Amino acid sequence: MAINWYHYASPATFHPLAGRLAAAFAWLAAALTAAGLWIGFVVAPTDATQGEAYRIIFIHVPTAWMAMFIYLVMAFWSALALGFNTRLSAMMAQSLAPTGALMALLALWTGAFWGRPTWGTYWAWDARMTSTLILLFLYLGVIALRNAIDDPRRADKACAVLTLVGAVNVPIIYFSVRWWNTLHQGASVSLTSAPKMATIMLTGMLVMTFACWFWCIAVALWRVQAIILERERGAGWVAALPAVRET
Amino acid sequence: MKARHRRFAWILVGLAALGVAVALVLNAFRSHLVFFFSPSQVIANEAPVGRPFRIGGLVQVGSIVRDTGSLTVRFVVTDTAKDVPVTYTGLLPDLFKEGKGVVAQGTLGPDGVFRATEVLAKHDENYMPPEAAAAIEQAHKGGQAKTLSR
Repeated sequence: MAINWYHYASPATFHPLAGRLAAAFAWLAAALTAAGLWIGFVVAPTDATQGEAYRIIFIHVPTAWMAMFIYLVMAFWSALALGFNTRLSAMMAQSLAPTGALMALLALWTGAFWGRPTWGTYWAWDARMTSTLILLFLYLGVIALRNAIDDPRRADKACAVLTLVGAVNVPIIYFSVRWWNTLHQGASVSLTSAPKMATIMLTGMLVMTFACWFWCIAVALWRVQAIILERERGAGWVAALPAVRET
Repeated sequence: MKARHRRFAWILVGLAALGVAVALVLNAFRSHLVFFFSPSQVIANEAPVGRPFRIGGLVQVGSIVRDTGSLTVRFVVTDTAKDVPVTYTGLLPDLFKEGKGVVAQGTLGPDGVFRATEVLAKHDENYMPPEAAAAIEQAHKGGQAKTLSR
């Protein structure tokens, strides 16, 4: 059975669906976080060279992956917003930006706390770290640009163009450790080769990644609900919502 | 061709042009984007002369000499092909070990000795419990002395 995607492209039909999906993803995220932290801090063994400090991996890698992935999703919605000229796509891109910025900040922050005990420094201007900092600035730039333009439809277009231009940074972050000499080590997990870490450590990291992912989905959906209500406040279906009628 | 098809085509053309431009820029700045130079590059005079740069490689096994009575330490950085001697006064990171990765910042003296002002440890992408590491170490000792690669 084919799903009529265009049906859900309307803010009026997507708003209730987003609420139901967000609740489901939030519960999944909570369960996976509990399981992932338990594996990461109780079950997984100490690392041979880095000792206990390596356990930051269970927060650092999921947030760093999400920071890159959310940007690609944002770029996808921005391309749809520019191409189809749809309102909901732009709203999705808008709702992802603060979550992406938070993930980039967490990746840099936990990376600093990891770098100090292992490398001996909180920060170094190597290609991986610098390009991740640029990613954070791109997120903040998109948010700032949105707030600088009063007309939401014009803001949609400007933000979409900026997001798409910034998308070239994501492959640079990902491949930086391969293209250049960096202080940051190469990838332990990739699609093309066997993982270079013990299975239980990898399990904990992947569980935390899904927890992080689902949390991001839940938060983005709740935020897009708020954005829909704010931007469609003149529409009849918003006025007819039970919560709106009561006030 | 519908209007939205034209818009998608423009988006694709724009992204492709941007990608090519960035690739050219990154290629042009290649030598400035490296975080460190290898001993082979330093010996071949590819590293900057007269200003500080970073050297990276492995700490040669058996090369660490600690000064008695001060924090000065001497060691050799190698990429298994060429070696550069390094002196450094200060605290070393916990992961600084013989046979492990290191990145040192400083200047190359006329005598060919690299005077480091900062020494960072560069760990690899392998994560394993101590028992597994010990088992690999045993296997290596059984074969040939491959201590440099681990």
